[in-house]
Amino acid sequence: MKYKDYYKILGLERGASADEIKTAYRRLARKYHPDVSKEKDAEEKFKEMSEAYETLKDPEKRAAYDQLGTHRPGQEFRPPPEWGAQFGEGFGPGAGHFEDIDLSDLFAGLAGRHARGAGRRADRPIPGSDYEAVVRIGFEQAFQGTEVDLELSALEWDADGGVRRVPHRVRTRIPRGVTNGEKLRVPGKGGKGVNGGPDGDLYLDIEVAEHPLYRVAGSDLYVDLPLAPWEAVLGTSVELPTPAGAVTLKVPPGTRAGQQLRLSGRGMTRGSGAAGHLYALVRIEVPSVVDDAQKELYRKLADSSSFDPRAHFSKEAK
Amino acid sequence: MIAPTQDAVRFETATFVTWTQMIHATGLSETELTELVRYGALVPRDVAAAPWTFESHWLMVARTASRLRRDFDLDAHGVSVLLAFLERIESLEAELTKLRARLG
Repeated sequence: MKYKDYYKILGLERGASADEIKTAYRRLARKYHPDVSKEKDAEEKFKEMSEAYETLKDPEKRAAYDQLGTHRPGQEFRPPPEWGAQFGEGFGPGAGHFEDIDLSDLFAGLAGRHARGAGRRADRPIPGSDYEAVVRIGFEQAFQGTEVDLELSALEWDADGGVRRVPHRVRTRIPRGVTNGEKLRVPGKGGKGVNGGPDGDLYLDIEVAEHPLYRVAGSDLYVDLPLAPWEAVLGTSVELPTPAGAVTLKVPPGTRAGQQLRLSGRGMTRGSGAAGHLYALVRIEVPSVVDDAQKELYRKLADSSSFDPRAHFSKEAK
Repeated sequence: MIAPTQDAVRFETATFVTWTQMIHATGLSETELTELVRYGALVPRDVAAAPWTFESHWLMVARTASRLRRDFDLDAHGVSVLLAFLERIESLEAELTKLRARLG
């Protein structure tokens, strides 16, 4: 089991008062809470500081933590031999097995023992815990829908009240058209209920990788369509890639930069609903290398054209 | 043994959420959930019906409310104000995503 310095995580000295612990937590929660923060790694940092606060704010858990001694963060350690007896039967994983668990599991063991004690007295059904997991998928998977195998690690209590980590595997089907940041629910795939209580649910936080071509906005997709100046003026047909396969797009004569050409129903499809659209966003690109013959053609064009793209300046600047 | 594949469901298409499911999924008390409804932070399908049921997307809002209450030690009123701000931020972020997609 790896040691974590809960005081250091909250930026505190070991002798910090209860008020100082609460203030330190609140200051950091304001900065790192995943619901309000856009800080990098906010979720991971918040999880770490919550774990520290949950232990240090409870006098019994704090005393138990302090008795573990001081080690370097990340250092492998074992609780002293008398530690389990001192802090109650069932507190922790029992003899051995310290390698498989996290420091927070020791304290979850205590909380779980109390909860189960209450449960046994009332013999009431206890619903299973809800689990949460981040699912990272590619753009194509999000577009078409996909199946993912999740391997979570769940806490389980044995008959003596000790805790251990067990693998929790779930194979789930992600519907097509999910977007970055979307939340999904897998009913009944959380922790097992006790005494006939319902199983918990698994909540998925979807992260979709950016695609080099397509940009997603709700159900609509945007793709840049670079055109040569003569293609924009004369019109053309281009082979445009779309997530469902390339299509031929007719570009009308006189197409301007910034214009959006809509391909109806070529965006993301959400469930049985109507598909979004794919917008080809026109950009006019000019060649960076022009030889003498081509320059001459451009000069002839300039001489023969009366087109003035800045004609409105003289009217509107007055 | 290969575990059967389980569908992950969207909140907009899933079935309605009952009052009991709401309590279980959020860990909030009936009093706290009732207060959130009173402040307009949660909206039942029919406020006059008993017990209340909710369209499924309210479950995510209620779970967020639960986290905010627990992690910031807020009362239901404080949570309802924070939820309103989060909703505004989400709406602005969606608008920003759309604009960025259009600009390229």
